[in-house]
Amino acid sequence: MAQVMLRKLVKNYDETPAVRGIDLDIADKEFVVLVGPSGCGKSTTLRMIAGLEDITAGDVLIGGEVVNDMPPKDRDIAMVFQNYALYPHMSVYENMSFGLRLKKVPKDEIARRVENAAQILDISELLQRKPKQLSGGQRQRVAMGRAIVRDPKVFLFDEPLSNLDAKLRVQMRTEIKKVHQKVRTTTVYVTHDQIEAMTLADRVVVMNGGNIEQVGTPNDLYHTPATKFVAGFIGSPAMNFVPCTIEEAAGALRVRLSKDLAFPIPQERTQRYRALVGQPSLLFGLRPEHITEQRPHLESNQHPFEVELEVTEPMGMETMVFFLIEGTELVGRVNPDAGAQAGKRMKLVADLGKMHLIDDASRRVL
Amino acid sequence: MANGIAAQPPAVGAGRRMTMQKFMRRRSTTAFALALPLILLISGLVIYPALFAVYLSMLDRTMEHFTGLRNILFLLHFDTFWMVVEQSCIFAISAVFFKALIGFVTSHLVHNLPPKGQRKWRGMLLVPWVIPTAMSAIAWFWLFDPQYSAFNWILHKFGIGPIPWLGVTSWARFSVILVNVWYGAPFFLIMYLAALKSVPEQLYEAAAIDGASWWQKVWYVTLPMMRNIIAITMLFSLIVTFANFDIVRILTAGGPVDTTHVFATWAFSLGIQGNNIPMGASVSLFMLPILGVAAFFILRDINRRGSTA
Amino acid sequence: MSAAASAIETGALVKRGSLRRSRRWALVWSYVFLIMFAVFFLMPPVYMLIMGLKTSAETAAMTNPWWVYHPTLDNFIALLTSRTYLTFFRNSAVISLAVVVISMLIAVPAAFSLGRMKFWGSTTLAAGVFLTYLVPDSLLFIPLFKIMAWVHEHTGITLLNRWWALIIIYPTLTVPFCTWIMIGYFQSIPKELDEAALIDGAGYIQMLTKIFLPVALPGIIAATIFAFTVSWSEFLYPMAFTVSADQLVLPVGIVTTLINGDVYNWGQIMGACLLGAAPPLIIYAFLMDYYIAGLTAGATKG
Repeated sequence: MAQVMLRKLVKNYDETPAVRGIDLDIADKEFVVLVGPSGCGKSTTLRMIAGLEDITAGDVLIGGEVVNDMPPKDRDIAMVFQNYALYPHMSVYENMSFGLRLKKVPKDEIARRVENAAQILDISELLQRKPKQLSGGQRQRVAMGRAIVRDPKVFLFDEPLSNLDAKLRVQMRTEIKKVHQKVRTTTVYVTHDQIEAMTLADRVVVMNGGNIEQVGTPNDLYHTPATKFVAGFIGSPAMNFVPCTIEEAAGALRVRLSKDLAFPIPQERTQRYRALVGQPSLLFGLRPEHITEQRPHLESNQHPFEVELEVTEPMGMETMVFFLIEGTELVGRVNPDAGAQAGKRMKLVADLGKMHLIDDASRRVL
Repeated sequence: MANGIAAQPPAVGAGRRMTMQKFMRRRSTTAFALALPLILLISGLVIYPALFAVYLSMLDRTMEHFTGLRNILFLLHFDTFWMVVEQSCIFAISAVFFKALIGFVTSHLVHNLPPKGQRKWRGMLLVPWVIPTAMSAIAWFWLFDPQYSAFNWILHKFGIGPIPWLGVTSWARFSVILVNVWYGAPFFLIMYLAALKSVPEQLYEAAAIDGASWWQKVWYVTLPMMRNIIAITMLFSLIVTFANFDIVRILTAGGPVDTTHVFATWAFSLGIQGNNIPMGASVSLFMLPILGVAAFFILRDINRRGSTA
Repeated sequence: MSAAASAIETGALVKRGSLRRSRRWALVWSYVFLIMFAVFFLMPPVYMLIMGLKTSAETAAMTNPWWVYHPTLDNFIALLTSRTYLTFFRNSAVISLAVVVISMLIAVPAAFSLGRMKFWGSTTLAAGVFLTYLVPDSLLFIPLFKIMAWVHEHTGITLLNRWWALIIIYPTLTVPFCTWIMIGYFQSIPKELDEAALIDGAGYIQMLTKIFLPVALPGIIAATIFAFTVSWSEFLYPMAFTVSADQLVLPVGIVTTLINGDVYNWGQIMGACLLGAAPPLIIYAFLMDYYIAGLTAGATKG
């Protein structure tokens, strides 16, 4: 039983709030990722779970027990740091076994556990090396090995991949996921990279300004973001936002983006948006992947429009097209063969079935 | 389970504040205990004696009567005292200046060498700093000896001399400064070399592309980048040179006729040899203002570095 | 096009040649000046050796002072069999080793505490440590002299004219700077390392002995060398506090005892200086990088 619970958790640094009273339940064996921009309080939260930061108010529970006052070593956790924090004077074996040796675990038991972990991580040949002789990816594995060996209740990861180059990062990401599938230990993972969050997590916790914006599965966050922040943070390139108004004409609703451009709102959403007619400070949100090139047959909620392209960015498998609507820049993703050219007009299609409406005052998705 | 959790927080919350405090207290107790020997040493053998020196300076020669500022006032009306002040300043300032100059020049020379040879030269040039000063000062004393002088022997070959290196005030002052420069310049060399190594090569390359000459590179790139280290090294050296004892003591013992005394050697003559401890203490206390000023600048520099780090 | 290219090429060739030549000249001049400075810097130790190899007769004959006509090891043999000189040497050695041990025992835990653990007032104390380093021996020797006399009057323990009493005094010279060096080294160790150790279950003392000491080993070597050379070279304190021949350390012993009256035996004195300078020189020769790291630590670290 190693669920982790946070109850009204608060952290202030000299009156400056870093974490503003968050609640979170993490189930046993779950892989939860805390994600958000730097300074959002995600690392502080993790460090409070680890016991490296004292708690201003609220409680941290591990396995149903309040651990606020337990020193880190008694919390039965393991942590993987951003810069690995391997002891430079110890071999890989000594690094991995340090915690067990301090706990006076019998020698053969230590050897068994280290070898097992080394096997999982495929670092058996490296056990006698010093950290200095290892590559970045190998160090990362050793740091994970040190965590696995201790067989803790909870794994904590503090941006473990951000010191690796892009290619290795993708590789290690898969590695971490595999390891979790093997050992099934409750894991809290902190990152600022939303792709890492989406690919790794059972559930993602999006944090901003010391608060939790939304908790959900990766798909939930992508398809039904709760706030403007989550809508903009998840997905790359980020969702387009355009100021808009809702109009009603003959029982149908339309969302108007400019004098000349308005899209009909899908039938199934009419009920939901009817009350918004005429309301100011509304934002229309649509992801770039839902603005595509003109196609021969359109689905029911797809609507064509024509714009002048400002810039195009060929990416190979697709081309990003940038254009302005009422001074706001939007991005679409079109087929590279669609003939997109900067300065030319182009026919595009918006998939209104995927649209979002956001109240810019409350920053909530409606 | 959920029930249990709901019931727990108040009780545990109350207990928590206790253990929290205990945890923090234990941590800072350990920290304090580890620093305690240092604190005792500093307060017992540095701060207390320093304050005691102030008290001593206010006693009369027999050390039985309290005389207040009488010793200080006496010194202020004593010609030898003003000569010592003057000599200490001449000694410290000119020695530090030439140490810095030689250090700057030699560090550039060494830096210009191919990297392979640098170690060897650096190792050779630092030797004066490594030899205990008392011992090298004795060698200098013998080099300066009027009768057997190795220097005068060379000068004689060129038809110059003999020079009374330690026998005449002006030459004696020159000699003590020379030896101090000899001893201290290697320290500057090492510090400046370390500073030179920390200047990114790209800056010089950028300056070269902008058309800077060698001198312009030194003036616009090297000096500004080294400014901090030049300043702090000179301040350090100023303190150490100002308080110097062994070189002057061994070479001239203050002579001829007290003209090469600096504060430390004069305080020693008066206090220990002349058995007038209060007067010796008074003299040594006059070092405090200059030390204080230097310490102020050094600390400011350290704090600034601390805040940018 | 090709004509222009070849013109550029030849132009570049000429330029490149001159650049290389001016570089070579710069190098030649560097060597010339460096040799001059090296002569200046190495003259006294070389002179010690020359004089040490001469007999008194040769010195008195006033032949070329820069040359040895009849080299002999007599001076060194005489020194190494002289009770007095060996006593100086022993006193210096015992004092220096004891001071190194004491200094490190005080400085390392204090640096760990000030640099890593922090407690109320620890920042001020760290600055204070640095300030004490700036307080010179020439300010403290008179009050310390008086304090030692006072201790004798009130407890009967004699500290003046006792070589071992210097073991108590010398740490004031070494500990502040050693602490300062070690604070710098400890602070350069990433914070995650002690957090990892905390999570692994290490206490603060284990953290110090199992993680920080091994990782900061270069700093410890540098501080040790510093403490040793300072204690070996110190002149003012032993000059002020010790008098009898059997209580002297090397620097003072050479100055006060070997130079007796007008009969200077300069061959022996110079030999004594050279032998006395040997321990720091040998340490320097083998551990130059640590020695230099310790020197520059004061200004570039912390």
